[in-house]
Amino acid sequence: MFQIRCPYCGPRDEPEFKYGGQAHVAYPADPEALSDEEWARFLFFRDNSKGRYAERWNHAAGCRRWFNVVRDTGTHELVGSYRVGEQPEAAR
Amino acid sequence: MRRLPDRGRVDHDQRVAFSWDGRAVEGLRGDTLASALLASGVLVLGSSVLMSRPRGIVGDGVTDPHAFAQVGAGDRTEPLMRMHEVEAHDGLVAESRLHQGILPTGPDPDRFEKRHAHADVVVAGAGPAGLAAALAAAEQGARVILADDHPQLGGSLLGEELLLDDRPAHEWARHVEDALRAHPDVLVLPRTTVVNVGDQGAVALVERVSEHVAPEHRHGRALRRLWQVRTRELVVATGATERSLVFADNDRPGVMLAGGVRGLLHRYGLVPERCVVFTANDSAYRTAIDLVGAGVEVPCVVDVRPDPTGPLAERARALGIAVRAASAVIGTDGDAEGALAGVRVVALDGGAEEVVACDVLAVSGGWDPLMDLHHHVGGRARWDAERLCFVPDGTVPGVHLAGSAAGVFGTEACRRDGHLVGLVAAEATGHGSAADGPDAPAARDAAEAPPADFVVTPGTDPVHAFVDQHRDVTIAGVERALGSGIRHVEHLKRYTLVGTGTEQGRTAKVNAGRMAADRFALPFAEVGVSNARPPAQPVTFGALAGRALGERFDPVRTTSIHPWHVAHGAVFEDVGQWKRPWYFPQAGEDMDAAVLRECRAVREGVGMMDASTLGKIDVKGADAGEFLDRLYTGVMSTLKPGRARYGVMCKADGMVMDDGVVLRLAEDRFLATTTTGGAAGVLDWMEDFLQTEWPDLDVWLTSVTEQWATVAIVGPKAREVMAALAPQLDVRQDAFKFMQLEEAVVAGIEARVARISFSGELAFEISVPMTWGLALWEAVFAAGQPFGITPYGTESMHVLRAEKGYFIVGQETDGTVTPLDLGLDWMVADKEFVGRRSLRRSDMLRDDRKQLVGILPAERLPEGAQLVDDADFEIPVPMIGHVTSSYDSAALGRPFGLALVRRGRDRIGETIYAPLQHGTVAVEIVDPVLFDQEGARRDG
Ligand SMILES: [Zn+2]
Repeated sequence: MFQIRCPYCGPRDEPEFKYGGQAHVAYPADPEALSDEEWARFLFFRDNSKGRYAERWNHAAGCRRWFNVVRDTGTHELVGSYRVGEQPEAAR
Repeated sequence: MRRLPDRGRVDHDQRVAFSWDGRAVEGLRGDTLASALLASGVLVLGSSVLMSRPRGIVGDGVTDPHAFAQVGAGDRTEPLMRMHEVEAHDGLVAESRLHQGILPTGPDPDRFEKRHAHADVVVAGAGPAGLAAALAAAEQGARVILADDHPQLGGSLLGEELLLDDRPAHEWARHVEDALRAHPDVLVLPRTTVVNVGDQGAVALVERVSEHVAPEHRHGRALRRLWQVRTRELVVATGATERSLVFADNDRPGVMLAGGVRGLLHRYGLVPERCVVFTANDSAYRTAIDLVGAGVEVPCVVDVRPDPTGPLAERARALGIAVRAASAVIGTDGDAEGALAGVRVVALDGGAEEVVACDVLAVSGGWDPLMDLHHHVGGRARWDAERLCFVPDGTVPGVHLAGSAAGVFGTEACRRDGHLVGLVAAEATGHGSAADGPDAPAARDAAEAPPADFVVTPGTDPVHAFVDQHRDVTIAGVERALGSGIRHVEHLKRYTLVGTGTEQGRTAKVNAGRMAADRFALPFAEVGVSNARPPAQPVTFGALAGRALGERFDPVRTTSIHPWHVAHGAVFEDVGQWKRPWYFPQAGEDMDAAVLRECRAVREGVGMMDASTLGKIDVKGADAGEFLDRLYTGVMSTLKPGRARYGVMCKADGMVMDDGVVLRLAEDRFLATTTTGGAAGVLDWMEDFLQTEWPDLDVWLTSVTEQWATVAIVGPKAREVMAALAPQLDVRQDAFKFMQLEEAVVAGIEARVARISFSGELAFEISVPMTWGLALWEAVFAAGQPFGITPYGTESMHVLRAEKGYFIVGQETDGTVTPLDLGLDWMVADKEFVGRRSLRRSDMLRDDRKQLVGILPAERLPEGAQLVDDADFEIPVPMIGHVTSSYDSAALGRPFGLALVRRGRDRIGETIYAPLQHGTVAVEIVDPVLFDQEGARRDG
């Protein structure tokens, strides 16, 4: 069971959080301008890499804020958390 | 075995009486089930699972491959209990069931519980290393939890006759335990096993709280307690386990591990009559020395090494014990029961077998550090060719190994290592400095001679020589697996089952791996052993469940009107965590009769239902309208305050996600209603977009589902009831239109009244603060009496809406259905909303998609029934659709339903078929709106 640092509340146990998939995949600004293939890429394709991975978490049973976490998918190390709008370098 | 009156840590004056296989047996306070049985002459525990060979106790610890029993009577019975852990007590009921237990059938009469705790340092194991580590960390100021699976702390110090600082080692253990218990920040947990290590120091421990006493003496205490500890550092001081050697008939009751024989002597005062020792290392000489010291005859030590000259061997010789060097046991002889009567010894350079009579053979093939907890977090191990065991290969951050678990052997060396590791762990949590900490105690253990690399006695009969006794795996079995082409130890494990037993094959795994290495002439370091997986010991499901059983398994949500429903005989349906009235049967009615009566009342008179469970989200802020426009397929920003509009929202893939009516309460405030089951998901979805995609919008979301109780008054006579309840409210059609809302005093309660209909009938939905729900309900029920008002449940609600062709999320939709499939083209506005782009992906534009239609079947169909084109078909036949809803209709006087059918809207009027088990039923495709197609009834 992870202990995840919510940037707003501090470290809490994993059951308080909800997972939200890969971070920094924005909803396209103008979906109508995209081809079927481009739209499908947004809908269905996510990275599945070994190593440091930026992902979204929601403090669902706490402050309800979404934020991002850098996790090493090879070791399960939680490198750090950072707020929406920040980049992975801000993880701590 | 025989009990010596002056030996062991048992209380020789305190007898306990218990039952074994239905007969009365006695033991002493301090005995385990295993030791009490050995003292009572029970040597054969039962038969092995595959080969039906007699098996007995092998050691004194939880790695014993056979010491499992069924424990407890009636619904308390538990299978595969570890006999070295089960403490003998008055009233204990146990029976012989080695490898296959039986589960109780009734609910568990015992209670389990969970506790959460935080620590700086958790120490697993309270032998010399664990005790020293816990004390050192505690003295540095760290918060420490020390857990050990025995009732008494001390670990190997209790099972050996050892000196520490020239004093009996168990006295030192007691001294350290007293010091730890006196510490305010130390928690000492005996009878507690660390079973799992997870991420970021999540450690799970199982404490045996009261299972060592009879049920009538538990006094409400839990049987076991699961500790979920978040620790910053973990010290693994779990010791080492002894492995066996492989020779013919090495599974006979009486063939034991040498350390186990010592443990039985020092813990329980149990000795054999005549004991031969067979070893590949020095440690087993302690068994010979200690037994002779206790007056037991030891005819010889059989040592595979050519020239055993270590200090222990010298001491044995000095005591007059014969040492047969360069020799091995090649087989054993049994008595009538199959128990050990003698061993056959051979010189390794050839020569005749010699039979030596004995009732116990004490075997030592070497010692393996017990590193399971290190492996749980991905820690690696490497084969050490000098110590002839796997030792840790580096450590994982936050997890330290100490003492023999780290491959450090020797009692004082373990204590010293534990002390040093304890300081390091404390320093890692910000307590003290390891470099400047108190000096480590000296380690002056006598050096041992190197062990021999030896597994199988040459010339052994492979068919009767066991590698894994628990799983009945012989040399022949391993050879067969290797001969079939298996190369990897993980495959070997799965093919032969070696190491898969309840005790995880701890006495067997290394030997199996070494046989594989020999066979393929590979370095053993490359072959390795199969992986250790959590839990380190089996855990009962009861401990994992704790008190979350029955009504505590999941929260139950009820509305404030719920007591009325219960009092009036409602049958309930679970919708998510909510309890909703399903129908209200009257005397003699079954469900179908009740639903027909309720539906008829709504269509012909007036009904009432508790709609409080619908999700309600308060959407506030200057941009609330814009926000909703981006999420719903329709436009909400053009709603006028005091008006309501039905809305549907899609996932990004264009599939229908949820629906509900949106009410505009004020210029900057909306109330979005959701399905009962979808409320939490919709709020999460809204928050996600608000926080991550559109943080610039001025919008605030609040769940108000539980703040409002809602009562719907539905039917042609609803207006009369409404007027009676709220005399000041103008309920005439011109003043109070469909999809309009009004603030009003209803039955003396300030309320919000909306004209929303999910049945096609005239309807008023009255919402009041949840605490007033029951008062409102009772007032509505009273005011409706002159009109025969009828409470109805979710089933009637479903029938009524289906008659109108209204879909239900999760019933007509399943995550593959778009608004267009449902015929909601009119709701899809020409503006951007989440999921809109998906609606023109090529798959969405296919002309053979399944579409929502009404169906009139010849008989009521089961929901989920598949639909086909022809009455006469041969399997396989293409499915063209399926039934999503199916009911009997009072209004239509016949069965009807809704279905998703390929090109359904183009096929209205055609007949298709539902193949059922009892025959094929004809189904007419019709428009989904089957009742009141003009919509004349909604205004009354
Ligand atoms: Zn938070």
